[in-house]
Amino acid sequence: MKDLLKTLVEIPAPSGYEGQVRKQIREWVEPLVDEVRLDPLGNLVAVRKQTGAPRIMLVAHMDEIGLMVTHVDQQGFARFVALGGVMPIHCVGGRVRFLNGVQGVIGMEKNPPSSEIPSLEKMFIDVGASSAEDCPIRIGDVAVFDQSFVDFGKRVVSKAMDDRVGVAVLIEALRRLEKSAFEMYFVFSVQEEVGVRGATVAAFGVEPDLGLAIDVTATGDTPKGHRMEVCLGKGPAIKIRDAGMLADPRLIQWMVQTAEKARIPYQREILEFGGTDARAIQLSRGGVPAGVISIPCRYVHAPSEMVDMEDVENAVKLLINLLRSAPRLDHAH
Amino acid sequence: MGRNTEILNQPTIMPEQMRVLEKLCNALAVSGNETEARRLVMDQIKPYVEEMRTDALGNLLAFQKKESRKTLRVMIAAHLDEVGFMLTSEEDREEGIYRFELVGGIDPRWLAGKPVQVGAEHAKGVIGCKAIHLTTAEERRNPFTVDGLRVDMGGGGKAKVGDWGTFATPFQKIGGSIRAKALDDRIGVATAIELLKYEYPDLDLLVAFTVQEEVGLRGAKVAAHALNPDLAIVLDCTPAYDLPLQIEDSFYPPENEKYNTRLGHGPAIYLSDRATISDPRLVAHFVQTAEKLGIPYQFRQAGGGGTDAGAIHLQRAGIPSISISVPGRYLHTPASLVRIADWENTLRLVYHSLQRLSADVLQTER
Repeated sequence: MKDLLKTLVEIPAPSGYEGQVRKQIREWVEPLVDEVRLDPLGNLVAVRKQTGAPRIMLVAHMDEIGLMVTHVDQQGFARFVALGGVMPIHCVGGRVRFLNGVQGVIGMEKNPPSSEIPSLEKMFIDVGASSAEDCPIRIGDVAVFDQSFVDFGKRVVSKAMDDRVGVAVLIEALRRLEKSAFEMYFVFSVQEEVGVRGATVAAFGVEPDLGLAIDVTATGDTPKGHRMEVCLGKGPAIKIRDAGMLADPRLIQWMVQTAEKARIPYQREILEFGGTDARAIQLSRGGVPAGVISIPCRYVHAPSEMVDMEDVENAVKLLINLLRSAPRLDHAH
Repeated sequence: MGRNTEILNQPTIMPEQMRVLEKLCNALAVSGNETEARRLVMDQIKPYVEEMRTDALGNLLAFQKKESRKTLRVMIAAHLDEVGFMLTSEEDREEGIYRFELVGGIDPRWLAGKPVQVGAEHAKGVIGCKAIHLTTAEERRNPFTVDGLRVDMGGGGKAKVGDWGTFATPFQKIGGSIRAKALDDRIGVATAIELLKYEYPDLDLLVAFTVQEEVGLRGAKVAAHALNPDLAIVLDCTPAYDLPLQIEDSFYPPENEKYNTRLGHGPAIYLSDRATISDPRLVAHFVQTAEKLGIPYQFRQAGGGGTDAGAIHLQRAGIPSISISVPGRYLHTPASLVRIADWENTLRLVYHSLQRLSADVLQTER
C-alpha cells in the first residue's frame, strides 16, 4: 500500500488540472468495477452495480493545492497566486514543479520585518531564466510543491497526502472488497481545495442515498499545536463536525459501532476549521446523510504532510467493514 | 468557407451597435430591478429569436430556435444589473434628503459629490458632502462612509424609500474609447445581442441576460439550472489596472505585474478567479481561434473576483464554463472606460469561436 501511496502523491495535480493523476487512478480502478465515467467537470466516477441496494457515494479528492502564474516579468521571474489554501509561510525557499516538468524556487522581495509573514504577492518563482523570452513558463501555467515521498517506516511524509491518502484508501478497499450491501459509487473528485466544487456536481449526478468522504484531518499532537483530540497513530478519525458540516448522527453511530465490533481503533474528531467533500454531498438536491472517515495528518497543506500507515490500514479496514452492512436510516436523528 | 469570406461577414462595431450600447449604459437597472435594461434587450433581440421568456427572478432567456436537433447546447450569459444604491429612509421630505445603502460593490470613496439618478423616471440628484470651505484639515483626512452621506434630490416628491439609484454619467465616446457608467456589464449584454444575429452550424445558442450578478451571481444560478446547457460562455467586463507605475525604491527595473488586464490588448480570457477555474478545453478553443484568425487576446490574471460562471459551472451535474471579458478601467465607479477595439475583438473572438465550436470540444478529457 505504501507503493500505491507513493505513486499517487508524486503525480502533480493541482485543482482544476487533475488529468495526470486521474489517468493513473483510472488505470487501476477500471478492472475492478462495472463502469467508469467522467463527468462534465472531470470527476472520475467508478461504479460497482447492485440493483436494489442503497446507493452510497464514496469520495476522495484527486486535487492538491498549487500555484498559478499571473505574470512573467522582463527578467524572467514569475509572479503567482494560490490555487487552494497555500500558506505563504510554507513558500519562501521552497521548490515547485510545473505540469510540464519545469522546476523553480520561490524567492521573495526584500526581507520583511521578522514579525511579519510576507504575502504571496511579495514572492516570485525563479526557474533559472534571465528574460521573459527564455522563460519556459507562461501566464496561466500551474505548479505544485516539489517534495518527494519519504518513508520513515511506520510513518510517511510527502506533499499531496491531502488527499491522495484518501484516494489510496478507496482504491485499496476496492481491491479487497468482495461483497457489499450497497451499490457503490467511488468518486475521485476534482477542485476540492478551491471549495468542494467537484463533489458538488458529482453528488448531483450520482444522487446517492448516503455518502462518505475519505479525507485528511489535522492533529493536536505536535508541540504547542492546536488543541485537538486527534493524534497520529491512534486510528482513523470519525468526523463529528468541522466548519463545513455536522456529520449525520446515524452515520456516526454506524461508524462507531462498526469499528468497535471489528476491533478497529478509531478516534472521534471535532475539527474547528476546514471542510470536506462530505459537505457538498450533504447539501445536494433534497439533502443526503453524509459522514467522513478522516486520516490523521500532521502539517496539512505544508509541502511535507505526515500520515501513519497503521491509521491508513485501519481506515481501509473500517471502510470495508462499513460497506458490508448498511446503516438504518429510517429512524429520526 | 475560406478565411476571406469569414472575415468579410464577421460582426463589426458600427454606429448602430454603439447606439444600442449607449441606450443600455444609460438605462437604470440596479441589481434587483433590471426591468429597464431587460426591456431594451427584448426590443433589440425580438427579430432574431423564436422564443424568449422572463423567469421568476427576472432573467431574460432567449432562444434562437424553438426546437432543434443540433447536438451542442451552448449557454451565453451576460448580466443586466449594475451596481448602485437604494434609498432606505427619508430624512427630510421637504428637502428631499435620503439615507441610502449600497447595492453591489462600490468603494464609498467614489460617492461624495457625484450626480445620481433615482427611480423609473431617472429623477436627478446628488450625493452631497461638505464644501471644502467648511471642512477642517482633520475632516479632510477622514474617509467618507455611506452612513455619513445623503442623497439630495433637490426638493421633495421625486423619489421614495425603496427606489434604486445609480450614477448619472451619460454615455460618451471619447477618441477610441467609451466612457460610461455600467459598462460592467452592459457591454457584455450588447455583445450577446450581436451574437444572436448570426447562425452557428453545430450548436444551439441559449442566451441568458441575467439578474443580480453584482449581489452574488444569483440570477445565473437559476438560469443555468433551467437551461441545463452542455457548456457555458460568460461575457463580462473585467477591471484593468494598467496605468503607469510609480517608481519604487529599488534597483530592479519597475514593472506593473498586477494589472489584472490591459486596455488595447484584446479580449481577456479567464483562467481562474475566486469562483471558477475555466475549463481548459474551452480556453484552448478560444486561444486557437484567436491565433488562427489573428485576433488579439490576453489572459486575465488569476486571482480574486468572479463572474456568473461561478454559479453556472456548479449547477446540476456540472457545466464546463469559461468567461471572456472586455477589459475596462475604473469599473464600479461613476465613469468606466473601455476601448472600442477591445469590444470589437471580443465580439469577433466569441463569434468565431462559436462558429468553430461543436460537440467535439467536450470529447477530449478535461
